[in-house]
Amino acid sequence: MSVEIENNKETQNGIKTEQMVLNLGPQHPSTHGVLRLELELEGEIITKVTPHIGYLHRCFEKHAEAMTYPQVVPYTDRMDYLSAMYNEFGYALAVEKLLGIELPERVEYIRVIMGEFQRIASHLVAIGTYGLDIGAFTPFLYCFRDRERILSLFEKTCGARLLYNYIWVGGLSHDLHPDFVREAKEFVKYFKPNIKELNDLLTMNKIFIERTANVGVLPVETAINYGISGPNLRASGLKWDIRKNDPYSVYHKFDFDIPVGKNDIGTVGDSWNRYYIRVLEMEQSLRIIEQALEQIPEGDVTSAIPKRIKPPVGQVYSRVENPKGELGYFIISNGSTSPFRVKVKGPSFVHLGVLNELCKGRMVADVIAILGSIDIVLGEVDR
Amino acid sequence: MKNDMKKVEEIFNQLKEKFGDSVIELVSSQPVEAFIKISPLEIDKICLFLRDNEELLFDSLMCLSGVDDANGKNVVDDDGTSSIQGGTLSVYYHLESTKIGHKLTLKVSAPRENPDVNSVAKIWRHADWHEREAFDMVGINFLNHPDLRRILMPYDWEAGHPLRKDYKNPEFYQGMKVPY
Repeated sequence: MSVEIENNKETQNGIKTEQMVLNLGPQHPSTHGVLRLELELEGEIITKVTPHIGYLHRCFEKHAEAMTYPQVVPYTDRMDYLSAMYNEFGYALAVEKLLGIELPERVEYIRVIMGEFQRIASHLVAIGTYGLDIGAFTPFLYCFRDRERILSLFEKTCGARLLYNYIWVGGLSHDLHPDFVREAKEFVKYFKPNIKELNDLLTMNKIFIERTANVGVLPVETAINYGISGPNLRASGLKWDIRKNDPYSVYHKFDFDIPVGKNDIGTVGDSWNRYYIRVLEMEQSLRIIEQALEQIPEGDVTSAIPKRIKPPVGQVYSRVENPKGELGYFIISNGSTSPFRVKVKGPSFVHLGVLNELCKGRMVADVIAILGSIDIVLGEVDR
Repeated sequence: MKNDMKKVEEIFNQLKEKFGDSVIELVSSQPVEAFIKISPLEIDKICLFLRDNEELLFDSLMCLSGVDDANGKNVVDDDGTSSIQGGTLSVYYHLESTKIGHKLTLKVSAPRENPDVNSVAKIWRHADWHEREAFDMVGINFLNHPDLRRILMPYDWEAGHPLRKDYKNPEFYQGMKVPY
């Protein structure tokens, strides 16, 4: 129910109004990091949102030009620090495409398992903090409790909880620990009923629905034109997932569905749908993990790692379905051991660009609901 | 859906027929991806055609990247540091059609001293921020861009564009020492 703004500055009672500029951030708990939004207001109605970014800018791309190819991997961790596994995954795939190397099957399976666990962990943060933004504190604790178990699995595998340096070009830093498959299966069994619990707590909560349904509706044409991808695009109703539409690794071997936004609670493309797609995707990720754990072959995970990485002259654009959307790496090689240029197309950067479109004509409080629903990580926006 | 997918050669011929000399060449000797070179001041017209033509329908811009080709002459300055003169700066466009499923890579190169490229921000709104990034990082001047200003660096950064290969850190920024 967006409100149309009339431009006459004097109301019928003779009270003068004027435009106000309000700064949200850079230090604000609801901006999910260091982000400044310049809101132009007409009363409480927003006429324009201008995001100011760059507070976390480290120029990863410049760093990468001074590194060898394997040295870039830890830097990719630090972009979207909530889905570090998937950043490494994407980078490794891009360099492997340049090199044209074949991987042992076991490596591919482990990558997919880790990637899907990472997707669940990332979505749990998105869902938990979104509830927090809206005012629901309890689901946040439940989500972080479950995410903790995934992080423990990661920690036991590679020694780190957030920034892994696990997926290397051509393989993995080391194999799974002997108990991994058993513990992963235990987690799947433990986590399944928790999704239902989460739905009872938050998804179908009346206050939550009132705050999010029909808020910030993004039509599908606008979404494509703005380059929106991942859960946000699927919430707008387009059945588009790179794991299905442009398959990479071994995703073609698994049976899973792509959830899309529906018109039942809110409208297609609203904040509630963007939230709920993430819940549904966690179920699909569990399905993929279950299948992968059953089929995982034996093998050596380090055998294909090249001693010296020196790709031929050329350029490649390779993309993966990161938990937040399409993560693309554009790498130019000039034949040396360092990349000539690495450009990252990060989903958070792209999704923040559409914020003005979503917030126009809404109330100030809706900005928080909309910003939370597009799920950005500032580490990747600024890179 | 799959049957309508076009090969890059077909698209190149179609563009060549329609736009003539603005479409410079098809580079396919690279080991991984072929791309089409376009004249920088015609890129917006060609992109509009690519988006709206019913056989092509490139409705999505996947990525837009500014690159310093560093193919000019290396000149040593008085203080012993070197800078690049001449050569080109390039922009790569990665397009995709969500309706048909085919992909395409375009490249434009503009002279380093005068890097003017027509903006495609009005064709794909996605390009808006990526062009601002390419302007900020590499210093490509996008003509007819709705709001071309720095995006990642501070607005008052005067030391140039960090992703140029001959970029030098300034000693001070607003009275603060820069190299740490």
